Amino acid sequence: MSKEILTTQDLHLYYGSKEALKGINLDFDEKGITALIGPSGCGKSTYLRTLNRMNDLIPGVTITGTVQFKGKDLYAPSADTVQIRKEIGMVFQQPNPFPFSIYDNVIYGLRIAGERDKEKLDAVVEKSLRQAAVWDEVKDHLHESALALSGGQQQRVCIARVLAVSPEIILLDEPTSALDPVSSSQIEATLLNLRHDYTIITVTHNLQQASRIADRTAFFMNGELVEVDQTKNIFMNPAKKQTEDYISGRFG
Amino acid sequence: MRRLFDDELAELDADFTEMGMLVSEVIQKSVNAFIERDAVTAQSIIDHDHDINEREIALEKKTFEMIALYQPVTTDLREIVTILKAVSDLERAGDHARNIAHSTIKMGEKQKVAELEQLMAEMGQMTTKMVQDVLAAYVNKDDHEARSLADVDRQLDHLNHRVRSLSYHAMSRDATFETGASIYLNVAQDLSRIGDYVTNVCEWIIYLRSGKIVELNSASEGTED
Repeated sequence: MSKEILTTQDLHLYYGSKEALKGINLDFDEKGITALIGPSGCGKSTYLRTLNRMNDLIPGVTITGTVQFKGKDLYAPSADTVQIRKEIGMVFQQPNPFPFSIYDNVIYGLRIAGERDKEKLDAVVEKSLRQAAVWDEVKDHLHESALALSGGQQQRVCIARVLAVSPEIILLDEPTSALDPVSSSQIEATLLNLRHDYTIITVTHNLQQASRIADRTAFFMNGELVEVDQTKNIFMNPAKKQTEDYISGRFG
Repeated sequence: MRRLFDDELAELDADFTEMGMLVSEVIQKSVNAFIERDAVTAQSIIDHDHDINEREIALEKKTFEMIALYQPVTTDLREIVTILKAVSDLERAGDHARNIAHSTIKMGEKQKVAELEQLMAEMGQMTTKMVQDVLAAYVNKDDHEARSLADVDRQLDHLNHRVRSLSYHAMSRDATFETGASIYLNVAQDLSRIGDYVTNVCEWIIYLRSGKIVELNSASEGTED
């Protein structure tokens, strides 16, 4: 039996007076890929961002309910956001490498944490880039600018940057929507390898991507979680009519 | 780049081939049991018929899932469709092997007609080999072999006609042989139907390779099911 690693209970989020999340109850077991799907504005990205406190910086946001990572309340006053984001990393829609070399991008988190041991850093760079399935393409250019890479390579370097600080959960917010189909498939292949070692939660507008790679799929609409189940059930025989309408493109 | 789909397709392919081997084995056993009047083996074939049906259902379920989750196109789609269609043909072929087992039990110790026995043995061997060959053709994606197997189906139909006329003849000479003759007729008809189903599988192999839906032996007759 797999263990719960992350739980959200009765999670509400308000942008000012607008309620964007209306009491989400959703739990995640260790390992595997969960896809969050739903129409624009349904709350799926907002929800994803509550999972490592990325909404904190938005003015006027109020959050109620609980988010627990391994039983610890992420929104407790004592919670350390730097530590949280190390354990729960995030990859964004647009690849956002820093304007440094590939090498420096990957070790950024470790360097901030004060790691100076060159051998150790070298080892982390190789391991992370290998896990992100981009090592073979960049190993001879580690000290060149990451900005010179293609979009797909940049995105995989960003994944390596998250992996370098040894997270347990990886959040991805539409990680392939800015990429061409070939780069997208490379990211998908990367995620499929990583799902054996990490808990992966990805927001996607691409239903085929969700069906191809996710073990579990959660459908959001109007700030509510409509349904969550094994991906094959969601795509073959969802319990709710709203889910069926959305998946089959009859929505709206 | 290897996709998750490829792994699942390879698994589906292996399961399909395995089911084919099981069907081929059952057909061979049913033919041998008939020739040797071995009611015990015949009964065990009847008792295990559900194994084949269960495999068919599992394979169908898996193909539905793969269509829903991966929305395959081009060759991927053709492979899935080929398996989905061919799996029913294999299952039907298995049903005819079960019919032969029923006939074996019904035949009991009734008299043997040497010439008919000879023909049944010949048809049985031909059918068994045809099923093995079609599996090899499927595994090797060999559409030439698939086309040439359609000739075997024609030979089977020809032998079926001979069994028919010999049986009628035997019946007209000896009215008490009526039941025995009808059993020979049925078994020959079952073997001939197995040949038809194998020919359908051949058509799907051609579709898999070329994307063309063809009709092999459209004139192949003796088809009252």
